[in-house]
Amino acid sequence: MKFSVSKALQAPSVILLLLWMIVPLSMTIYFSFMRYHLLYPERFGFNGLSNYNFFLTDPALFSAVINSITLVGSIIVISVILGLSIALLLQETFRGRGIVRVLLISPFFIMPTVNALIWKNMFMNPVYGLFAFVSGIFGWPVVDFLSDFPLLSIIIMLSWQWTPFALLIFMTSLQSMDTEQVEAAELEGAGFWSKFRYLTLPHLGRAIGVVVMIQAIFHLSIFAEIFVTTGGGPGYDSTNTTFLIFTQALLQFDVGVASAGGVFAIVVANIIAYFLIKTVAKGMTK
Amino acid sequence: MKKIKHQSRVLACWVLAIFFFFPIFWMVLTSFKTELQAISIPPLFIFEPTFENFSIVQERSDYFKYATNSLITSFGATIFALIIAVPSAYSMAFFPGKYTKDILLWMLSTKMLPAVGVLMPIYLLADAAGLLDTKTVLIIIFAMMNLPIIMWLLFSYFKEIPSEILEASRMDGCSTFDELRHIVLPLSWGGVASAGLLSVVLCWNEAFWAINLTAGDAGTLTALIASYSSPEGLFWAKLSAASTLACAPIVVFGWFCQKQLVQGLTFGAVK
Repeated sequence: MKFSVSKALQAPSVILLLLWMIVPLSMTIYFSFMRYHLLYPERFGFNGLSNYNFFLTDPALFSAVINSITLVGSIIVISVILGLSIALLLQETFRGRGIVRVLLISPFFIMPTVNALIWKNMFMNPVYGLFAFVSGIFGWPVVDFLSDFPLLSIIIMLSWQWTPFALLIFMTSLQSMDTEQVEAAELEGAGFWSKFRYLTLPHLGRAIGVVVMIQAIFHLSIFAEIFVTTGGGPGYDSTNTTFLIFTQALLQFDVGVASAGGVFAIVVANIIAYFLIKTVAKGMTK
Repeated sequence: MKKIKHQSRVLACWVLAIFFFFPIFWMVLTSFKTELQAISIPPLFIFEPTFENFSIVQERSDYFKYATNSLITSFGATIFALIIAVPSAYSMAFFPGKYTKDILLWMLSTKMLPAVGVLMPIYLLADAAGLLDTKTVLIIIFAMMNLPIIMWLLFSYFKEIPSEILEASRMDGCSTFDELRHIVLPLSWGGVASAGLLSVVLCWNEAFWAINLTAGDAGTLTALIASYSSPEGLFWAKLSAASTLACAPIVVFGWFCQKQLVQGLTFGAVK
């Protein structure tokens, strides 16, 4: 095939993605230096760095960043440890293993808004929820999860959804493990921990890296779960950076400040993305 | 001793599976209760099932309109993305240039742009074009969101086709279009279908853009379910009925595309 035909076939996808990336990105950067409030569009003008100044000195930003880190960190730790343990357990062969697998990964396909509302209503409701019922049986005090522990509640919801994802990746990766090596190690009398430490863990290294980075990128932009459950509250207790920018943009109509926040979010995401892409690129050359 | 160990592990697997699936089971069970049964303490496991929630959900919130919106936007975006991606991935897989790998990696990097970072421009552009609260804007956004994943999956499927087959067809005077249509696509049909399936799943569950860019007209099921979050009154049975209908097809889809999901979401880094 001629060079030009191959270029022409690739052109639509490259051009569309380029537009999809460049146009909004440059608009965000442009607006971030502008005074632009949707309620007072006539006051549009150059604003220097004051949007950044406003966003970065907002007292809510500090707690939002801490909340984002807490969310991302704890969901990753929980889902990787749980997912890895379950994946190792599931190496056992038994009847009904297929069903167990399907039941275990199902939460990953539940809509985020449905996930949040199931937990909010049917489990965490302080009067009618199942958690309240169970703690009633044991005579424990009733906890209003969403107002007493808003961040923990969101961590529970997301860990329930993302542990299956980690599990799925680890199961796939474990399938490609060299069984002869494991058998040889067993013959030599290697116990569970030494097999895990010297064979399984090194084999899963890349899978773990990818799971951590993909989750980091997804969880930095947690939105729907906060939107339908706590609304970022009480106060700013469960507001992450994504939700903070959302409130600036669509609730306070301040395009300039929201864009400065957007640039901040893009920079943070890019730092993580850099490492992810490096890992993936390494996989391509193999 | 070894048998006991085996059996306790199997038991642990089942317990974990039931534990993880329980919220979904509970949602489905609640959808067959009356509102009073749904909030009863102690929780009811055995009751006379009712189907009225499903019809009420349709009557009160026009469920089918939202379901249709979800169907049109997720399939529309997937088909749109496939039409662009198939020729591109074909050309990259069989006629790789010096920069093909870099282009693919760059496409992957567009997935890393956080949605909230471009919320304002997209909102203003959609507003200026008169596309707010339309299915068109969701189709465009969903297609761009999934294009990199689809490109990666198709690229890796096409790569698996032995190049001898293509060379033979070219000797016989096959044109590029014929080659794609009569040789490449039939050979990788399963791969193309499952890449599409994964894209449909991802569009169906998308919440950020659906909530922020639509209202009554083009709202998808994620947006409809989000509207149930209002605190006035308890409508758990109806919420469960709507949620069950919204999730069931996708959960089943998901069971069938596990492998593509792993490849698509990890960009082929885990096989």
